[in-house]
Amino acid sequence: MVTLSGNLLYASFFLYLVATVLFAGSIKDKKGKSAEKGPNKWAKLALITTIVGFASQLGYFITRWIAAGHAPVSNLFEFTTFFGMSLVGAFIVIYFIYKTPMLGLFTLPVAILMIAYASMFPREITPLIPALQSDWLHIHVTTAAVGQAILAISFAAGLIYLIKAIDQSKSSKKTFWLEAIMFGLVCTLGFVIVSSTFSAMDYKAEFNWIDKTGTEAKLEYHMPALVGPHKGELLTAEKFEPIVEVPAIINAKKLNTVIWSIASGIILYLLLRLILRKRIGAALQPIVKNINLDLVDEIGYRSVLIGFPIFTLGALIFAMIWAQIAWTRFWGWDPKEVWALITFLFYAAFLHLRLSKGWHGEKSAWLAVIGFVIMMFNLVAVNLVLAGLHSYAGS
Amino acid sequence: MKDVKCECGHVNPHGTILCEACGRILEEHEREKQLVDMRYEGSARRSQTYNKTIVDKIWNFFSSVKVGVWLIVITLIASALGTIFPQEMYIPPVMPAEVYYEDQYGWLGKLYYELGFHNLYSSWWYLLLVASIGISLVICSLDRVIPLYRALKAQRVTRHEGFLKRQRLFGISAAENLEESYEKVKEKLREKRYHIREEDGNILAEKGRFSRWGPYVNHIGLIIFLIGGMLRFVPGMYVDEVMWIREGETKVIPETDGEYYLKNDQFILEVYDKNKDKEVFSEAIENSGMVAKNFQSDVTLYKKKGDSIAGEKPELEKVKDDEIRVNEPLRFENFALYQSTYKLNELNKMTFALTNKQTNEEFGMLTVDLNDPKEKYDLGNGYSVEVVSYFPDFEFDESGEPVTKSRIPNNPAFVFKMLTPDKPEGEVSFVAIRQTIEPFGDNTYKMAFKGIDTKNVSGLTVRKDLTLWIISLGGLIFMIGVAQGSYWNHRRIWIRKVNDEVWVAGHTNKNWHGLKREISIILENTGINEPEDQVQNENKESGGS
Ligand code: HEM
Repeated sequence: MVTLSGNLLYASFFLYLVATVLFAGSIKDKKGKSAEKGPNKWAKLALITTIVGFASQLGYFITRWIAAGHAPVSNLFEFTTFFGMSLVGAFIVIYFIYKTPMLGLFTLPVAILMIAYASMFPREITPLIPALQSDWLHIHVTTAAVGQAILAISFAAGLIYLIKAIDQSKSSKKTFWLEAIMFGLVCTLGFVIVSSTFSAMDYKAEFNWIDKTGTEAKLEYHMPALVGPHKGELLTAEKFEPIVEVPAIINAKKLNTVIWSIASGIILYLLLRLILRKRIGAALQPIVKNINLDLVDEIGYRSVLIGFPIFTLGALIFAMIWAQIAWTRFWGWDPKEVWALITFLFYAAFLHLRLSKGWHGEKSAWLAVIGFVIMMFNLVAVNLVLAGLHSYAGS
Repeated sequence: MKDVKCECGHVNPHGTILCEACGRILEEHEREKQLVDMRYEGSARRSQTYNKTIVDKIWNFFSSVKVGVWLIVITLIASALGTIFPQEMYIPPVMPAEVYYEDQYGWLGKLYYELGFHNLYSSWWYLLLVASIGISLVICSLDRVIPLYRALKAQRVTRHEGFLKRQRLFGISAAENLEESYEKVKEKLREKRYHIREEDGNILAEKGRFSRWGPYVNHIGLIIFLIGGMLRFVPGMYVDEVMWIREGETKVIPETDGEYYLKNDQFILEVYDKNKDKEVFSEAIENSGMVAKNFQSDVTLYKKKGDSIAGEKPELEKVKDDEIRVNEPLRFENFALYQSTYKLNELNKMTFALTNKQTNEEFGMLTVDLNDPKEKYDLGNGYSVEVVSYFPDFEFDESGEPVTKSRIPNNPAFVFKMLTPDKPEGEVSFVAIRQTIEPFGDNTYKMAFKGIDTKNVSGLTVRKDLTLWIISLGGLIFMIGVAQGSYWNHRRIWIRKVNDEVWVAGHTNKNWHGLKREISIILENTGINEPEDQVQNENKESGGS
């Protein structure tokens, strides 16, 4: 069952890749023709592939659920994969409303990156600790993820908007920030490549180090340690000796991973710039030139409007119900809770800003991007850095 | 101030921009615009009309969406600041907060503490921010909902031409076979569940008006929620106590006025077992060592019977047996008892043997209940032991005197007096774990340590929260409101005969794409042209897209 489940996940991953290529094809095909005629053959094929991929991932989810005896949303790998799946699901629904293949071309890569990122975390099925043994956990986590995924569609729409609308003929603050988003995505890719390479090499280096209470501890790196732990002493023979050492209050291993991701991101990005000979944003601009900006703006707004109530229900209301049962109080200002509140407040601000005219279009698109950054911060940084009760304690 | 009478005869309140009934433009400067501003139907809002007195100024401040958004954004940023370092309630109680933040996070931590960020969410300024949002919610809603209600109620089927012409969706067609087209259109409108009103051959088709109340409903929900949160501070509404209870012990439950008692029959801690639990878990169990599976207290709840005199043991009546687990609290009346923590193997009893140091001969055993030691233990045959002093959590203070740190038997120590036939005066011995002191010179006898008995202790949270229902109600109303405002739209289609033409205009509060699609289906094959989107045309003309 577990093997089957894993294979279904691989299959869906592969299908999403194919679907992305097909969506790209559908946009190429449209060149010169009227954009109003509805989806062409390529787009239909792409959509079918996406749906099959989604079904396959649903299969992964169900089989893993059966194998574990609980819904697979209880550790970072499972949650992030589920997020990716919800993103694809949300895209499919929105596609049926607006019929824009372009959205697929931008949403699917984000989902693919997310699933790849998820796979870098420990993948074994974990038993549930007492606090997690509640149906409310599963209800809360799945609804919250679905809400976030729908909100994330507005990020994809926002990206399309910005790529088309921003003037690439000269460099400006706008082109800089758009490139920053691209760079962020490239870094995620870098992280995936680097960690899977070293894990394929089975790289392990053990250190003795002194933690902040002054006690000696052991630490295992899975990537060459550019940054070593406090008073670190390499135990494994013939492994890379750290270049610098950090004080004990900084988590050296995580910092090392971040440095690796950024470094590989920079290399990848430079490579891309070398090949494309222009900004990534500029390179993508021709692809989106036929899209109607008003429509993209509306898709973005609409997805926030659809996603916001679901997010509120899942990430705040259901979360409070569960917290009341599991932790005796519905709200405790735990970092994860606070970041859910921040996300909520942010999108509330977004909706209110939409009430005034000046915030439609480009500004709205920027806001959608910021919203996504907040959600990713909640997913990545809050889980791994600002550890609280919620932290799945990823490594 | 004077009301404004429109040409159509309707009397509008002072400050109205578009006549509530016919939509005629009442404000001169609006007339120059290509499109009318349809927000709140151009109704007269207090905040837009009066700005003289201090009350007006405050009202206008809080009813501004711009101010509202600022309040939300500032709250958001403040909330984020509170997550940089853990809040005071989450730091381990090893040292005072004052020291902890600097010790752990250096000067940044010190700054954090000094700025009061370690208790950010209960700081006066954070509460003030939340309160301002609450006030703003009330005022901004009142400012809009009443005029909006008036305008939507008073609206007439026949709208002024200037109003129609300045709608975002607007089109003109030549009128041929009008009767027939009208029938077709009405048919289709009905299919799409529009509510149709007719007047002089003009049509107003409307649906989803109730969605306009969504924001106000959700704001009411939020206000109720905030009020619920405030009630927490009213005495008696909220109880948050921790109750430590040993196995076998019966204790009064705090905050129940001595009405309820709890007995802890057993505390159970289970961990996942590689061999017994699902095989798929084995890898994870191996990687992380030990994974807890269950924390559970088997308890019996008792209720006091009748009145008891102070000091006297109350008579208890059993209410029920229950198993308290994480996620499964024990509930009674308005209380809930949660399994929140535990302590394993707390010392409970110690056993000693009175022994002759030379011959090692034993003269009887005694077991001291560490939570309730007796004063004297009679061992028979003229042997007995007195407990002169007892230090449950013993240490030597600065002057070298034995003292106890707490009442919990973490490190018990005794001063025993051993009375034997040959030493009728008794010998005094100070006995602590791995340590015996004979203060008055060498003794003949000693208290030989024989064994300990431990017990588990459950830490239960006693919770009463009478604000929960208000908070839930607020949450529910909020959800109804957001769903109402987000998943439905208010759509209107006006069809009006003007001389030999048919004018069609459409308006929706959101989702224009959907309205356009719907109108195109409705007008298909009716001979009436689809209205055009004047916003998109405008953009195109100005080279915008
Ligand atoms: C955290 C606090 C708040 C939340 C969660 C919230 C939520 C909402 C939501 C979901 C909507 C509907 C938006 C839409 O459907 O487009 C809305 C509309 C609105 N909100 Fe708020 N709101 C909050 C605070 C405020 C404040 C402080 C103000 C006052 C300045 C305000 C003024 C408005 C107005 C004027 C509308 C539009 C009403 C209409 O379209 O008729 N809100 N709010």
